[in-house]
Amino acid sequence: MLEFQNITKIYESKNKQVVGVDNVSLKINKGDIFGIVGYSGAGKSSLLRCVNLLERPSNGKVLVDGIDLTQLSSSELRTARLKIGMIFQHFYLISQKTVGENIAFALRAAKTPKNEIHKRVKELLAMVGLTDKEDVFPAQLSGGQKQRVGIARALANNPSILLCDEATSALDPKTTLSILKLLKQINEKLGITIVLITHEMNVVKEICNRMAIMQDGKVIEEGAVYDIFAQPIKPLTQEFINSVVSFEIPDEILKDVKGQVIKLLFKGEVAGEGVISDTMQRFDVKGNFLHGTIEYIQERPLGIFVMELQGEKSTVDEAKKYMEQRGAVVEVVKHV
Amino acid sequence: MFDFPYFITMLPDIWKAFQETVVMIGIALAISIFIGLPLGVLLYVTDKGLFWENRFVKNIFGFAVNLVRSIPFIILLVALFPLTKILVGTTIGPVAASVSLSVAAIPYFARLVESSLRDIDKGVIEATIAVGATPWMIIKDVLLPEAKSTIIRGITLTVISLVAYSAMAGTIGGGGIGDLAIRFGYYRYDNTIMISTVVILIIFVQLIQLIGEQFAKSLDKR
Ligand SMILES: Nc1ncnc2c1ncn2[C@@H]1O[C@H](COP(=O)(O)OP(=O)(O)OP(=O)(O)O)[C@@H](O)[C@H]1O
Ligand SMILES: [Mg+2]
Repeated sequence: MLEFQNITKIYESKNKQVVGVDNVSLKINKGDIFGIVGYSGAGKSSLLRCVNLLERPSNGKVLVDGIDLTQLSSSELRTARLKIGMIFQHFYLISQKTVGENIAFALRAAKTPKNEIHKRVKELLAMVGLTDKEDVFPAQLSGGQKQRVGIARALANNPSILLCDEATSALDPKTTLSILKLLKQINEKLGITIVLITHEMNVVKEICNRMAIMQDGKVIEEGAVYDIFAQPIKPLTQEFINSVVSFEIPDEILKDVKGQVIKLLFKGEVAGEGVISDTMQRFDVKGNFLHGTIEYIQERPLGIFVMELQGEKSTVDEAKKYMEQRGAVVEVVKHV
Repeated sequence: MFDFPYFITMLPDIWKAFQETVVMIGIALAISIFIGLPLGVLLYVTDKGLFWENRFVKNIFGFAVNLVRSIPFIILLVALFPLTKILVGTTIGPVAASVSLSVAAIPYFARLVESSLRDIDKGVIEATIAVGATPWMIIKDVLLPEAKSTIIRGITLTVISLVAYSAMAGTIGGGGIGDLAIRFGYYRYDNTIMISTVVILIIFVQLIQLIGEQFAKSLDKR
């Protein structure tokens, strides 16, 4: 488990202080794939870098499996870092060393016996799908392949945590997907906790189970990805969610709509269409779909529909109440 | 103007002078790499934000380097006569000249090494820190390999500077090509020797540049 307790990071530059992270407390459970989202400068990297103390927090504690890293001596810290893998947006491989040597470097840092290194390098290369690239230099690899080497290096010493700082931001969408798949596989097979930073909601939707949203150094919202996608609370969170599941109905259309416009949310097992058609039969209201989709987040369906309801106000209200009873979350987008 | 038969008769002298120059430069280069490389690394890793950050050490060595570099070579040469006398026993000859050449080249090369290391992406260093590597591993397997090509270019530059300095050292007893040029070309208006030495130096420097560059390129895997 990874726990941030009141982490604050203040950067002292020449004549002013910049608050990178502002009193963040966060718990990340073992086996989680935890996404941290936020705009540039929100403090995501600063927070992540406090985990392996690439950045020392100005205040607060980071507990990795119950151990406060800030209290360790420098050699103890090095040992602790062996168990915290990290990958980066720009990969940061040693350019003058082959892929195999880059991975072996991490193994040597852990004082792996010489005769075991090569075997382990082969294993790691197989895991990331680069078996034939052992003797190649990083410059000859594509971005996706470089990131795979980065992942192999990070996993070399069987870490319990993998930190990913914008690990897919330099990659095209297809390569991004393949790297995300690999990360998910690693999480499932090896049980490694993954903390990943991104500004792309798609990445979170793809693989994270929990997430936090950061703004101005603070965590403003935190929870299960599914719940946050279903009902984002803070405006910034809504903005991020809208970037992947957008339900903005153009004003042009809203203007011409005569009835009440509502947004319906069906979580998980509740079959949205069934509820809606039952409602239409039971009540004297006319329904008109404006928008609708079923998103799968963490393999759980999330039905979202925007519709116009026409009819007597009291009947419309009763219909809404009925849908709520059947498990829908009803939100009025526009009153009559 | 260029007296070819005379040139042929002078060849043994020219060859001897060339050898002296090579000895001077060779010794000075070996010493400046041996001391300047660790010094350059030290200047870099004690810098702000690096793993052996140490303002005190950085300032002391930085000051010493700047001090030597701010003294004109011709003055350094004379000022180091006592030291040379202690170390070599004489102030005459190429070996004696190599003392002051080394003293001048060490800080020069150290600064070149430091700036080569500065060119390395800090992210690469951080990534290896995150992996749990020791400072020694980082110096040996990250800093030096990553800066290898630029350090080799630095060696080329140092040799070329040494060629220039060696001519100066030659004039006050060091021997070598510079000595030859001054004795014959300057004091005796001997154009043949003058032209020969200039041509030899030009070829020598070009050759070093060419070899250094080829070598640096062939080692770079980027
Ligand atoms: N080394 C540093 N020195 C001074 N200020 C810094 C330093 N690193 C980060 N900051 C500041 O701290 C704040 C948070 O930066 P951080 O890099 O953590 O943001 P981020 O969310 O990772 O942004 P991005 O998405 O651009 O990577 C910013 O205001 C930034 O300018
Ligand atoms: Mg960042």
